[in-house]
Amino acid sequence: MLKRKTYRKWNSRIAEAICTVFSFIAVLALVIIVYYVFQRGFQVISWSFFTSLPAPVGQTGGGIGNAIVGSLVMVSLGTLCSVPIGMAAAIYLYENPYSRLALVTRFANKVLTGIPTLIIGLYIYILIVLRIGSYSALAGSISLAVVMLPIITLSAEEMLRLVPESWRDASLALGATRRQTIMRVVLPASAGGLTVGVMLAVATAAGQTAPVLLTALSSRFWLASLGQPSASLPVLIYTYAVSPFTDWQNQAWGAALSLIIFIFILNISAQVFIALRQRR
Amino acid sequence: MENSVKIVTEKLNLYYGNFQALKEVNLEVCSGKVTALIGPSGCGKSTFLRSLNRLNDLIDSVRVEGEVRIDGENIYDKSCDVVRLRKKVGMVFQKANPFPKSIYENVAYGPRIHGVRDKKVLDRIVEKSLREAALWEEVKDNLSRSALRLSGGQQQRLCIARVLAVEPEVVLMDEPTSALDPIATQKIEDLIRALKQKFTIVIVTHNMQQAARVSDITAFFLNGEIVEVGNTGLLFTQPVDQRTEDYITGKFG
Ligand SMILES: Nc1ncnc2c1ncn2[C@@H]1O[C@H](COP(=O)(O)OP(=O)(O)OP(=O)(O)O)[C@@H](O)[C@H]1O
Ligand SMILES: [Mg+2]
Repeated sequence: MLKRKTYRKWNSRIAEAICTVFSFIAVLALVIIVYYVFQRGFQVISWSFFTSLPAPVGQTGGGIGNAIVGSLVMVSLGTLCSVPIGMAAAIYLYENPYSRLALVTRFANKVLTGIPTLIIGLYIYILIVLRIGSYSALAGSISLAVVMLPIITLSAEEMLRLVPESWRDASLALGATRRQTIMRVVLPASAGGLTVGVMLAVATAAGQTAPVLLTALSSRFWLASLGQPSASLPVLIYTYAVSPFTDWQNQAWGAALSLIIFIFILNISAQVFIALRQRR
Repeated sequence: MENSVKIVTEKLNLYYGNFQALKEVNLEVCSGKVTALIGPSGCGKSTFLRSLNRLNDLIDSVRVEGEVRIDGENIYDKSCDVVRLRKKVGMVFQKANPFPKSIYENVAYGPRIHGVRDKKVLDRIVEKSLREAALWEEVKDNLSRSALRLSGGQQQRLCIARVLAVEPEVVLMDEPTSALDPIATQKIEDLIRALKQKFTIVIVTHNMQQAARVSDITAFFLNGEIVEVGNTGLLFTQPVDQRTEDYITGKFG
């Protein structure tokens, strides 16, 4: 009896210890990466680093302003395209979970999340860049929208499903239509989760290199129109990191740090937004 | 209010796929009275209740035969407007289910979806409904607080207020006190007795004492059928059917 109890106690202790160690390793990896990027990147960044153009090749100095603008523009446009479509699709999936179209949509989205984003970039390259005859920020935005779409759709459907059925019943029993129920009960109740899903998609999009490289290419100038190639942070990091110039390599660290900070700010503001909503 | 027949079900059959949950149910519900539905778990009480406001429509596998007439109109007719029906036939659920909104917004939800915009009118409806649900005094200073912070009993009364706010004629209650303590239960029972002047009430309960305390008419369900309907006092003291007697004396449950 006693032996059995100690055995069980030890068993659960060991399991707990293993879990602790592994979560510690996971956190440690994150901390090390962030620390290293900070250490290398922090000395590079400055106000002018964020606001100026890259220096002409061969000269030192200059900044990553155009890459920040390019990334902001393309990620924003991608979000603007994918959020309404993804939400609409998620609402459809939520309302008609077993219809044939729903099964196909869900399957397609799952496949899409599994496809390497490089392939998505290649597809947009063939479909748009080759047709139009030039790389463009618009093509970049579209490829990011395609990357984001399945993340948003699938996470949003899941979030909608988390809303208790009893709230839906209550609303319908009061004489609300399905649409009113979705708009006034289900969506507000899942707003927090939906935001998290969108943030995840935005963070993913912001870090995409291959699809942007294949569709928007890069540029050393300010973005003047959506029809032109555009610089972006991930492509800049990639280009600079593999270059032979120490100055560029250092700037790659600075750009990486900027990207991390951007995603960090995004996450924090989402958390604050959710917390403020729930306070009421 | 005179005691006229409000709801009539005639040969009501309801199937979940191949499973028949209601069998030839004939029942008359009178206005101004409280009708209690009792019976063992799984006998179809909730199913019956949900067929009175067509909430079963939400389940794909459900098929309904027969008629449910409310004020003479068959609610399963093609021409029946479900939104209007549900406005007229409100429902209170077993587990209190206030929306994750403020107390005010919970009560104002129904009027809003039925087109009331005017803030003053909404204010009036909210106060009136909360008073009717005997909750006003407890919450009048905190109308903007989240409804989820109320106690279980208060939440259930809020749900009743939410239903009353759309001015229904019938209120269906599915075991409204099964999750509440005796004091909260008593408050709801007092409320039911007060509300029956104005509304036709149908209540499902597992608690025989509760049926005896609040209802005028009791219907005993068993395996999807009505075994016996009658005056509550009589049904509990002199049941006609052996099965009713077995149930109320606790021989099976
Ligand atoms: N959505 C559903 N699909 C299939 N069968 C169902 C569904 N809902 C209920 N049933 C079945 O219908 C029968 C009646 O269920 P119902 O919920 O009406 O019983 P009840 O009398 O309310 O029981 P309880 O007292 O436990 O609430 C049960 O046998 C149940 O298994
Ligand atoms: Mg039930």
